[in-house]
Amino acid sequence: MEFEAKKGNRKNILHLGKHIFLFLLLLIYLFPFYLVVVNSLKERKDIISNPLGLSGGAKFGNFLEAFTKMNYLEGFLNSLVITALSVLIIAFFSSMTAYYFLRFKGKINKILFFMMITSMLIPFQSIMIPLVRIYGSTFKILDNKWILIFMYLGFGASLSVFVYHGFMKSIAVELEEAAFVDGCTRIQTFFKIVFPLLKPTTSTLIVLNVLWIWNDFLLPSLVLISKANRTLPLSTFYFHGTYTSDYGLLMAGLLLTILPVIAFFLLMQKHIISGIMQGAIK
Amino acid sequence: MITEKGFFNKIKNFLIFAGPTTFVFLSVVIIPFIFGIYLSLTNWDGIASTYCFIGFQNYLTVFQDQFFWQSFLLTAKYVLSMVALVNVIAFGLAYLLTSGVKGEKILRAGFFVPNLIGGIVLGLIWHFVFSRAFVFIGKSLNFPFLSYSWLANPQKALWALVIVSVWQYSGYMMLIHIAGLVNIPKELIEAAIIDGASNGQRLRGIILPLMVPSFVVSIFLSLQRGFMVYDVNLALTDGGPFRSTELISMHVYKKAFLAQEYGIGQAQAFFLFMIVAAITLTQVYFSKKLEVEM
Repeated sequence: MEFEAKKGNRKNILHLGKHIFLFLLLLIYLFPFYLVVVNSLKERKDIISNPLGLSGGAKFGNFLEAFTKMNYLEGFLNSLVITALSVLIIAFFSSMTAYYFLRFKGKINKILFFMMITSMLIPFQSIMIPLVRIYGSTFKILDNKWILIFMYLGFGASLSVFVYHGFMKSIAVELEEAAFVDGCTRIQTFFKIVFPLLKPTTSTLIVLNVLWIWNDFLLPSLVLISKANRTLPLSTFYFHGTYTSDYGLLMAGLLLTILPVIAFFLLMQKHIISGIMQGAIK
Repeated sequence: MITEKGFFNKIKNFLIFAGPTTFVFLSVVIIPFIFGIYLSLTNWDGIASTYCFIGFQNYLTVFQDQFFWQSFLLTAKYVLSMVALVNVIAFGLAYLLTSGVKGEKILRAGFFVPNLIGGIVLGLIWHFVFSRAFVFIGKSLNFPFLSYSWLANPQKALWALVIVSVWQYSGYMMLIHIAGLVNIPKELIEAAIIDGASNGQRLRGIILPLMVPSFVVSIFLSLQRGFMVYDVNLALTDGGPFRSTELISMHVYKKAFLAQEYGIGQAQAFFLFMIVAAITLTQVYFSKKLEVEM
């Protein structure tokens, strides 16, 4: 009996220790964000004398100043348009392509599908120079949101086609055959029967692509040249370059940039976590 | 299988269903990739409209370039330490979080948060943390190793970059490991408990072998991200001090777009592709061999 009790005690202590360890680690993980919030409310001199605490009371002036100085609204709207359109276009076209590759097993389809899968190994850096050369020097069509969206379809299609293809294998052909018998065309069949069944995959892919495109820096920095076209990561970066030592202002700007993603996360938390876990199993 | 009537019907369906994606994919990924191989064999400087074919000379220049090798070695050091630390921490977190913890959801979401935010913003945040907050803590508590900014020290700056990347990716890889752990059949663990296997024995004998697929995915993803890192590198250290953190992506970028040696830059970029492809394929091949049939 005594032995059992001791064992129970040890187990309880271990259990408690595990919780303390995890929550302490969480505090360490979130510490940088705490610093951003606290210092966005302070003036430069208070930050330099003590960057950790909130000594002189909270001031909200930094936010208004950062909002105007970094052209926040413009950057936000650019990011919103580019991300939303790209993500929808990728989902629309890749699901159709994946469906076609799965149901029609021609030689060309096999080659294209294989090319898409292997292209996922190509680092973006080994394409960016010719990309700028072709679209910049030869066609002179850079500095344009629509070209950027076009490129996101090109770079995003492989993964989406691959994931849709994998998921569609589990959908029975009989459903589609029934639709055919009822006189549906191939396109009607796809949009009325197949596409609704793909909903879980579509939401997974939308989540993954939103996080990628909203936060992407290198591609937009090469494609979007004029100030009016900048996305949020670009305007944040150039804003930081201009006001390097005005810490309060910078932290307010960073916080403004983070807020939309955090809002997206809180709204879609369930989809994001399960989407990434499912994406991983594939 | 549904059969299609007529050749034209076939073409029509291809154009409707796969046409747009194929066209965009070819013109954004495949054509630039092939054109890039050709560019790496020329002496194009980014401006001149005429340039000539010079064979493998760019590649020779790259192999003799001491700064390229320096950057390559730095990248190898960064990738190795980052991948190892990310996976150990991510697996540890996943293991603890699936062992029955209160507040599991909050913890999971909290560790994941850094992944929501782009590399540029993360780099700028940590720039402040290293150059202001840590120095302040180091000076007030008299920690000599924190009393100066790591970002200004050539020996420490790379480790700052590793710390930020580990912090950034461990939450993501944790989710992958959680997905793997949740899929291990409960009966196997229960059977092992009945047979009297200790915690450590269960971990080594059952859990780790069955987790190989998760490790394949998470090592693959972290390897790829490691070799391609650019945003955090740019925002945190911009390659400095004294090129001590100029990783390969940044090196290629500077060679092409700042030094305007496009041919050489592209030769380096193509070399990067070969390394990444070779390493990731070998990794997937060997880890698939380790997988256990269930």
